[in-house]
Amino acid sequence: MNPLQSADYIRILPEIVLTLFGMAIMIADPLLDERRGPKILGLIGLVGSLGAFLATLYQSRFPGPAFWGMVQVDAFSVFFHLVVTAVSAIVILTSLEYIEVQQIHAGEYYSLVLFGAVGMCLMSSATELVLIFIALEISSISTYILAGFRRRAAISAESSVKYFLLGSFATAFFLYGVALTFGATGSTNISAIAQALAGSNVPLLAYVGIAFMFVGLGFKVAAAPFHIWTPDVYEGAPAPVVGFMSTAPKAAAFAVLLRVMFEINAPGRIWLIWIAAALSMTLGNVGALVQNNVKRLLAYSSIAHAGYLLMAFAAVPANGIPAAMFYTASYAAMNVGAFAVISHVAGAGERYVTLQDYAGLGRRSPLLAALLTVFLLSLIGIPITGGFFAKFYVFSAALQANLVGLVVIGVLNSAVGAYYYLRIIVAMYMREAREEIPIASVPPSLGIALAASLLITIYLGVLPGRVLEFASQAVADLSHSIVAQMP
Amino acid sequence: MSTGTLDGAILTLVTFIPLAGALLLLFLPRRDRDIRVFALVVTLFAFILSLHLPVHFQRTQTGFQYEVDRPWIPTPNIHYHLGVDGVAMWLVVLTTFLSPLCVLISWKSIHERVKEFFILLLILETALIGVFVALDLFLFYFFWEATLIPMALLIGMYGHGRKVYAAVKFFLYTMIGSVFMLVAILWLYSHTTPHTFDFVAIQNAIRAGQVPNFIGAAQWLFLGFFMAFAVKVPLFPVHTWLPDAHVEAPTAGSVLLAGVLLKMGTYGMFRFNLGLFPEQSRANATWIMVLALIGIIYGALVAMVQPNMKKLIAYSSISHLGFVVLGLFSFTTAGLEGATFIMLAHGVSTGALFMLAGIIYERRHTYEISEFGGLATPLPVYSSFFLFIVLASVGLPLLNGFIGEFLVLSGTFEARPAFGILAATGVIWSACYLLWMYQRVFFGKVTHEVNNTLPDLDFREQIALVPAALAALVMGVAPILWLNSIAPAVQAALAPIADLASKVTGL
Repeated sequence: MNPLQSADYIRILPEIVLTLFGMAIMIADPLLDERRGPKILGLIGLVGSLGAFLATLYQSRFPGPAFWGMVQVDAFSVFFHLVVTAVSAIVILTSLEYIEVQQIHAGEYYSLVLFGAVGMCLMSSATELVLIFIALEISSISTYILAGFRRRAAISAESSVKYFLLGSFATAFFLYGVALTFGATGSTNISAIAQALAGSNVPLLAYVGIAFMFVGLGFKVAAAPFHIWTPDVYEGAPAPVVGFMSTAPKAAAFAVLLRVMFEINAPGRIWLIWIAAALSMTLGNVGALVQNNVKRLLAYSSIAHAGYLLMAFAAVPANGIPAAMFYTASYAAMNVGAFAVISHVAGAGERYVTLQDYAGLGRRSPLLAALLTVFLLSLIGIPITGGFFAKFYVFSAALQANLVGLVVIGVLNSAVGAYYYLRIIVAMYMREAREEIPIASVPPSLGIALAASLLITIYLGVLPGRVLEFASQAVADLSHSIVAQMP
Repeated sequence: MSTGTLDGAILTLVTFIPLAGALLLLFLPRRDRDIRVFALVVTLFAFILSLHLPVHFQRTQTGFQYEVDRPWIPTPNIHYHLGVDGVAMWLVVLTTFLSPLCVLISWKSIHERVKEFFILLLILETALIGVFVALDLFLFYFFWEATLIPMALLIGMYGHGRKVYAAVKFFLYTMIGSVFMLVAILWLYSHTTPHTFDFVAIQNAIRAGQVPNFIGAAQWLFLGFFMAFAVKVPLFPVHTWLPDAHVEAPTAGSVLLAGVLLKMGTYGMFRFNLGLFPEQSRANATWIMVLALIGIIYGALVAMVQPNMKKLIAYSSISHLGFVVLGLFSFTTAGLEGATFIMLAHGVSTGALFMLAGIIYERRHTYEISEFGGLATPLPVYSSFFLFIVLASVGLPLLNGFIGEFLVLSGTFEARPAFGILAATGVIWSACYLLWMYQRVFFGKVTHEVNNTLPDLDFREQIALVPAALAALVMGVAPILWLNSIAPAVQAALAPIADLASKVTGL
């Protein structure tokens, strides 16, 4: 066994940076006074996630395996590291104001965001199922606690407990799947498993193992039929946290799913995916139609988007992987942006989160309304926004795999989806406010968060080429490792 | 090319000048008057530039002109490919012609959120022009969808009555129709080698039989495109969004909706259904023509009994657009040329009718026909303009409505005599409902005292109406100016269908 080299540490550099800053926040917390403390802690968190972002860029020059093949740095992992760290930076920027308005104790909040990001980053670079499980747990436990952070609100506690109970159940499924796969193949290393399953004689145990892992990951990405928790949890959790947990952990779980499904070349995956995708899109969109609470509405919408994204998994790797990666990135940008607006509008105690509260927002705060409109249009999938190309790539990947039925279900769903996003836009511009709801002026930190989300959303909608190219390179990396394992 | 460098950039300029104007408008201070003047200048500038197109158009040449073709996104292979033939070119000019008139007609009627209104109007203009000039299927879809939002917002924010309902209905109808087109476009993309969205390349690949599995899928692809366009036209029975959208829309919205947006549907049928799927177009022609006939007659009959002036004009659009579809699917030279001509003529005259309806609404805040009567006495200038446009719309010879309907009818008669005869009754109906409406509104005694005090057209309103009236006259007297550049495009569209016909009949 080779001794550890410095390159091994570079290959987990972003995780190290995030952990150090997370711990720094915990240490600094009791030393700072009540008044200025939260701001400073937030800034430390921001520097931490930006540092991890830069560390990832640095790390991308040293691709390769580390820690005896447990971690792998390649274009694929770099892509997801960038998404996760960028999302945490934007979420921290959003939280700076939110924490103050809601009077939440800040200390653990920011460190939990960073620790969660550690888990998510590690999920995308781990190539060993037990390490993936540990990373999944790190990310999950942080988000369980974050969901309950509005301690004074009963609904937030409910959200946290529900998420925790169901989430643990789902992770148990995942772990059981890992154990069964280990039993079937004799290894927990993804490439070794791929090798073992490459032959024509696939043991039944492996099918069951993969299906169990899919259950666990399906829960994390809120795909039907494992989606029941989503609306309640999203409704109760603090708005910036919802922005965080509907994007970053989802992206990470999709990264794991990509590895499990494509790199292992999971047997029998098409039908699993087909059914989950069709169900998620349909249940998500139909559920969203009747929602009156904006957070619940976006919760159902996130189920639907998980469905669109899953379509990519049924395609061939060369089209499916880049399509799925592009989708996670653009969904992250638009959803984080949307929740940034929502957490600002919500006000103290999150009182203003129903559609009626958005009535007349176009008049009261033209800028916020315009921004939210762009994010919602992107969620609908209207051209010149990232959401359009995201759907576009996914649909065309599925079509190239001749899944016409699934694509038709998909486009019909996106037409249905247009309706409920429009309801918000209609409320903002075409309805008169019943009572004047105070809108605080937008602080600079939130302004930066919104500007960043907007720029990324529009950039992905106008010049998607470079990002897609980068994602396609990740395919080469994944398939390279597939080729490399061939005897 | 003798005209030099402008030819390559002209389509880009015409398409994006309104958008650039909209962006500049964002930074203008909220002084309503300046904003209106600025919007007028931008739209006029776009119109003047667009006149370059017909002036330098090579009338004898088939194929697309003023082409630009640059790669935009490498994967998927999307090109920024623009170009026009005779049909598309005139639709572009129609759009740029109507836009300044829309600005003028909205001068006073829009007094709240003025800046947003003109920004939306300018964005809409860019999207509309884009639809007609795009030759890359992706780009086409892009502009197609991009028309939706500004239009829906114009209706929803500046309309009257049940405006929100109308806006959402409009959006959903069009959206659901167009997702089928998206699937068809994606299918074509993924089955061409190398993958391409280029209209010309796909057309050649289909004609050369290089698209695998095309035979089996063609009918579905045809329907995918047709769905999107039929909703837009609108063809019976998917027309129900139109009356709502029209009645609740602000005047400028109605003018662009009737004048240009509906033509997106018929243009799409001409370009994509006929252009890519000649065989399926022929196979499906019968039921499509039947639907068009139902639209002509049903639209006219419903128009007749409308108590609301604007709704009447809206239903008359359904009837007139039925003629266009009928002409397109008659596959005769006369039918196609007539269909194209009606698209332009209807744009001008119905646009003007909506402007006139809007003018009276500004004065009385109602469209109810029963609220008027005897207006000819207090409003002589207004009623003369109205009469002129009504006659143009009815199809009086020497005005623009006549030529198109005549050509379509003769083309249809040539192809299917029975359909021709039935469609001809549509001309009679249109005379009935429009003239009857005119009689009820303008003749007789003034029945409501308040109508006696209404002011006649002011200078701005006359400026807005005169170009439309002039265009109606010139198009009626000298249709050849339009038809000679339309003819090559029509011939190009008909060639594969004629081949097919001779193959089928064994001639």
